[in-house]
Amino acid sequence: MKGGPPLSQTDTAICIRNVTKTFGSVCANNRVCLDVQRGEILALLGENGSGKTTLMNMLSGIYFPDSGEIFVDGKEVVIRSPKDAFELGIGMIHQHFKLVDVLTAAENIVLGLPGGVNVNRKAIAAEISGIAARYGFELDPNKKIYNMSVSEKQTVEIIKVLYRGANTLILDEPTAVLTPQETDKLFAILRNMKADNKAIIIITHKLNEVLAISDRVSILRKGCCIDTVETKDATVQSLTEAMVGRSVSLEIAREKIEKASDRLRVQGLTCVNADSVKALDNVGFTLRAGEILGVAGIAGSGQKELCEALAGLYPIASGSVIYVRDDGTAENLAGKSPTEIIRHGVAMAFVPEDRLGMGLVASMDMVDNVMLKSYKNNKGPFVDRKAPKKLADELIERLEIVTPGTSTPVRRLSGGNVQKVLLGREIASSPSVLVVAYPVRGLDINSSYTIYDLLNEQKRNGVAVLFIGEDLDVLLELCDRVLVLCGGRLSGIVDGRNTTKEEVGLMMVHVDEEKALAAFGERRADA
Amino acid sequence: MKKNKAAAAHEPLVRMVKRDSMPRGKSILVRVIAVLGALLTGALIILALGHNPIAVYANMIEGSVGSPLVLIETIRIAIPLLITSLGIGLAFKMRFWNIGAEGQILVGAMAASYFALFQFQNIPRVPLLLIMAVVGTLAGGLWGLLPALFKAKWNTNETLFTLMLNYVALAFLSYLQNGPWKDPTKRGFPKIAMFDDAARLPKVFGIHIGWIVALVLVVIVAVYMTRTKQGYEIAVVGESTNTAKYAGMNVSRVIVRTMFMSGALAGLVGFLQASGADYTITETTAGGVGFTAITVAWLSKLNPYVMLFVAFAIAVLDKGANTIQTTFKIPASAAEVLTGIILFFMLGCEFFINYKLIFRSGRGKD
Repeated sequence: MKGGPPLSQTDTAICIRNVTKTFGSVCANNRVCLDVQRGEILALLGENGSGKTTLMNMLSGIYFPDSGEIFVDGKEVVIRSPKDAFELGIGMIHQHFKLVDVLTAAENIVLGLPGGVNVNRKAIAAEISGIAARYGFELDPNKKIYNMSVSEKQTVEIIKVLYRGANTLILDEPTAVLTPQETDKLFAILRNMKADNKAIIIITHKLNEVLAISDRVSILRKGCCIDTVETKDATVQSLTEAMVGRSVSLEIAREKIEKASDRLRVQGLTCVNADSVKALDNVGFTLRAGEILGVAGIAGSGQKELCEALAGLYPIASGSVIYVRDDGTAENLAGKSPTEIIRHGVAMAFVPEDRLGMGLVASMDMVDNVMLKSYKNNKGPFVDRKAPKKLADELIERLEIVTPGTSTPVRRLSGGNVQKVLLGREIASSPSVLVVAYPVRGLDINSSYTIYDLLNEQKRNGVAVLFIGEDLDVLLELCDRVLVLCGGRLSGIVDGRNTTKEEVGLMMVHVDEEKALAAFGERRADA
Repeated sequence: MKKNKAAAAHEPLVRMVKRDSMPRGKSILVRVIAVLGALLTGALIILALGHNPIAVYANMIEGSVGSPLVLIETIRIAIPLLITSLGIGLAFKMRFWNIGAEGQILVGAMAASYFALFQFQNIPRVPLLLIMAVVGTLAGGLWGLLPALFKAKWNTNETLFTLMLNYVALAFLSYLQNGPWKDPTKRGFPKIAMFDDAARLPKVFGIHIGWIVALVLVVIVAVYMTRTKQGYEIAVVGESTNTAKYAGMNVSRVIVRTMFMSGALAGLVGFLQASGADYTITETTAGGVGFTAITVAWLSKLNPYVMLFVAFAIAVLDKGANTIQTTFKIPASAAEVLTGIILFFMLGCEFFINYKLIFRSGRGKD
């Protein structure tokens, strides 16, 4: 569905006028104006760091604006705390859920609400079921949170807000954690709410979703509200140009594989996490030199463990990781420490998903970060900062890293630039296997495309690239093959050229034994 | 634009806003203001005690740096503080909260004392002193190694572990005093004998040569922390053990090695105190130095060169406190209150360096 029916109501639910918010010298919102009507879905579009979340946090009482006015139902209001926001009927569903794991859905929903000592669970459950039925949610009020899927948790969050009587809902990237099928379900619910005369603001940067669900789109760029357009007049291309500020090509290049010798053979890889649960269960695949192998899956399906196990950072319970050298000799990397893996002449660059927590030292400058893996290379007890300094300067120039200089702590750089430092360092070590986890997370469109180009360049150079991604569109466009994980198990490996998003989505939630077996067979044939 | 009156009244009175990095000069100015603020607050307390703050402060300065004689005393207080805070700084840089320097000093002192008390007849002076230094340093290092091994192996809490080891060291010293090392000539008093002259450190310019050792160590530790691979490893481990593992560092080895050095420096202090200042070993040989050194390390932001000045400043306060005690009959603990106030202000001023406050009128204020 594109656009929506003509608006029957034109009551303004929220009206933001000239709101400004600064953090230090960074202006997150600069005199932003925004309106949402009742019975309308407004999409808030913008690149990362354009100020979408900041603006919404001011509506929900988490931040306080430096200046400007907010009107709710035509009256000027001051929102100083989330409580104030609730009283005004504004509810926000955050990207990261705020639920108590050991409580049930119903308990989480009523948590923190005023009430007597006695809790009438039946009445509460009935009311929750009523809300659920009204909008088309599927929810068991007595299910514990820890037994829930991500999508169910999100349902709890939304009902929590509705239960408190919110008539304006703000959803911060609600689809980032959902499969395509779950997204469709969520959109059906949002349309029901719209029909119920609620005002809905949805933050997202997936353009096709914007076109599918919203009535109007407001576009933020660098803290300023650039434009508000009717969705029916917009296209993916026009929205991108408004968001980025100039025309960009949205094609991701995918070159043909030239040589396809095996580089890494993973067989029966099983890892057990701290709770004795199998984080990876008998996963096997072959990674070839000169290809990009994508890894798809719902967040927490074993991607992190897979990356870390390959890099020697996560204990492997059973299975093997066979590294095949150019001359055909092979070596099992399972059970070796990161240092040993490096020492055995195995070049494996690993870009962890937690950039500042693991890949980089936030308080150190670029020079010290660039030498993180190579500081031992020179002789003697002293570190040599000359070579890293040179490399840092080269990276700044080649990857167009925006930084005051090589002596600025990396924590001061923006997400995209941090990612470039990390990826640049890994690539500079001329690896033969490059493992990247969510390399474009938090990056604007431009930086994302720079990263894709870098990965393609590595592929051309015969590097075996393992790409853990979250955006299925990107995975299917960039990768030669896509490996799908579901709950730590291998759901299958598909060809990126002739597979649809929906097929991958299904595989992400359900392991088809036949397909898994087929993938297993293919692997056997490879070996 | 017109502001709704009711709305304005509901706006929070003060809001905190994170600021960009402050220029170096300005941040130094904030710290200087903080010290002045602390002295001013201290003055109010002195006033409340019924004394003239200016006279008291002047007396403190006079009594600590006013003459060569008192200056020597002050430097003697600063030496152990400085070396211990260098050691603590190494551990703190690694975010290993070593609050066991007190025990490490005592263990170092006990090990050195064994040779001073029982082997002085068998060994000539220079080798004796060298052996004492080496043994004291090693003993302190081994004492520091204990919590590090447990931390590396089983991830035990180093804060509690190092703290408890202080009492173990103290109790063991008490046992030596009352038992095997008791001086028979003291007629039943549980005291350990004075060292022979051969086991006493020589003096340079009237102060035991510990001051030269301290100055050399400042440079060595500074170079070690900023220029060597091991120093780099300490900084990375301190920031994030995950990053360190990812970079292929042996985190356990870094922890154990660094804590050995941290304890070793404290152990060296034990030797210097026993052999250079006290000429014996008592329960007050450490005398809280292990704890005060934490203050020094923290106030210096773990920078060895800054520690040099901070250790001296704390020593001035300490010596000055003794002077005002005799001159004005103000309890010496009043000076400790002053040290506490300064620490409080220094830590507090970090808030103003990192944040700015915005008042309702919208004007920024520091």
